[in-house]
Amino acid sequence: MKTAMISPRDAYGAALKRLGATHDNIVVLDADLSESTRTAKFRADFPHRFFNAGVAEQNMMGIAAGLAATGKIVFASTFAVFAAGRTYDQIRQGIARSNLNVRIVASHGGITVGEDGPSHQMTEDLALMRALPNMMVLVPADAVETEKMIEKSLEIQGPVYIRTSREKFPVIFDENHRFNPGKGTLLKDGAHLSIIAAGLMVSSALSAADMLAEHGIQASVVNMSSIKPIDRDLIVQCAEHTGRILTVEEHSVIGGLGSAVAEVVSEEFPVPVRRIGVTDQFCFSAPASALLEHFGLTAKHIYDFVRRWMD
Amino acid sequence: MAKKPPSLSEDEFRSLADKARSIRRHVVEMLAEAGSGHPGGSLSAADIITVLFFHVMKHKPGNPAWKNRDRFILSKGHAVPALYAALAECGYFPAAELKNLRKQGSFLEGHPLRDVAHGIEATTGSLGQGLSFGVGVALAARLDRKRFHTYVLMGDGEQDSGQIWEAAMSAAHYKLDNLTGIIDRNRLQIDGATEDVMRLEPLAKKWKAFGWRVTETDGHHVPSLAAALTMKKKKDTPHLVLAHTVKGKGVSFMENVVHFHGVAPGPDEKQRALEELERGS
Repeated sequence: MKTAMISPRDAYGAALKRLGATHDNIVVLDADLSESTRTAKFRADFPHRFFNAGVAEQNMMGIAAGLAATGKIVFASTFAVFAAGRTYDQIRQGIARSNLNVRIVASHGGITVGEDGPSHQMTEDLALMRALPNMMVLVPADAVETEKMIEKSLEIQGPVYIRTSREKFPVIFDENHRFNPGKGTLLKDGAHLSIIAAGLMVSSALSAADMLAEHGIQASVVNMSSIKPIDRDLIVQCAEHTGRILTVEEHSVIGGLGSAVAEVVSEEFPVPVRRIGVTDQFCFSAPASALLEHFGLTAKHIYDFVRRWMD
Repeated sequence: MAKKPPSLSEDEFRSLADKARSIRRHVVEMLAEAGSGHPGGSLSAADIITVLFFHVMKHKPGNPAWKNRDRFILSKGHAVPALYAALAECGYFPAAELKNLRKQGSFLEGHPLRDVAHGIEATTGSLGQGLSFGVGVALAARLDRKRFHTYVLMGDGEQDSGQIWEAAMSAAHYKLDNLTGIIDRNRLQIDGATEDVMRLEPLAKKWKAFGWRVTETDGHHVPSLAAALTMKKKKDTPHLVLAHTVKGKGVSFMENVVHFHGVAPGPDEKQRALEELERGS
């Protein structure tokens, strides 16, 4: 059967539309990108609870803080590069320090925005948000998990950063999937190494594991959609059981998933860790598939990398 | 401009003037005790904060989380000693706590940290951000059909910041007539005169052009401040009160002296300042 392909941003729009009907206290903000982030879905049904800040992301985050301080659950969306980069101080000062219920749902994360180039390719957002006290950092692996995450976020006290994407992701979960903050999911159990991935890279890691299995290498695959808090127990379990860990992320290798995993491994159960991601550089305009290829963010490259490493 | 506010009675005026003097005394004592902080902008804002907390705003110190309370947001967070002093005078916490300004273990942080139980509505200190927060509060009030009003006190130095103007544009766009911005126009910022560092004038015209109703007033004349801050609101229009003030107001050797933007008085200066405030009327 052909795998369904759905963009996390579409799942976000659908979740907002559904939850908006049952939760009067949800307010949605956007910064002139509501069609792209899919908050337009919410706007269409609940125009009085939707506010467009225009191209003024800093003001949007401040407004989000004020709304949240007055009892609203606020979803504030724009592209990841603006949501986490341009407004870092507003998030830090106004939202995170006050531990307010703002959900920053950032679309167009990572390099798969492709042709727009490095001005729009955000590869540091997880690092920035992870360093902020009080901030929860989540990266859904597919559309199903995105919806579960958005729904779950309503129960969370304090700010949450959720990175969605424009790219269509293979759907890997069914409706029974449960998302819990601080919990990763072991999707495949193998004894030779663990591949811990987030976002679009989870499906690539699964494909790589299938290819490796054909060559007698049994890989565990973990979906680490909760980057912060991170599932320390599961990481330690991976280290103990497989003795080596590979992380894969559509993000800089500095400060994101790979760093978070390496921190836990080095403190709790040191084993070799390798990180696949964007090396310390700005990227360039190219089709998404070419960029993924360039930075080794494909099943084939993960497979090749592991073959070399295991030799 | 409609300008027929109820004038203050002699008693009200005297009581507010006394409060403002108490707040200035607290400010001087707190900063001398802390050994650091920002006297100039705290003293220039003292009358504005006094008139808001003791005359204009509806709030309940005994029930700080009261949902219908008017909200006060101190965008110029470095003037927080004046806010803490007013909150203590209102009874949000004992005045004895004021001596713990900037000390480890006290909630009296060097710049405000949101703490509704103690009357502090917004975390500020990074300038230029308070008005955006106020826009969010005012929008929430309208969504909930609450009648409370939101007041945001800004500095003039932070008018340099682009986010102020983003917020100004949005408040007018959203037609927030439940929002009042106040500028403590003391004309000095850390590096010197505002007009030398980054020209702001014509400031009133700028706010008008951004869609606000603007009222200019003497920021130390209590009846004028009271009149400006209690004007009947103009439908769908946010209100900007441009309060002309003197940095360091009330302490002669601090008045219009840039040095006292961010330097606390030493022991001798504290004594002289308190004596002046005692004598002053």
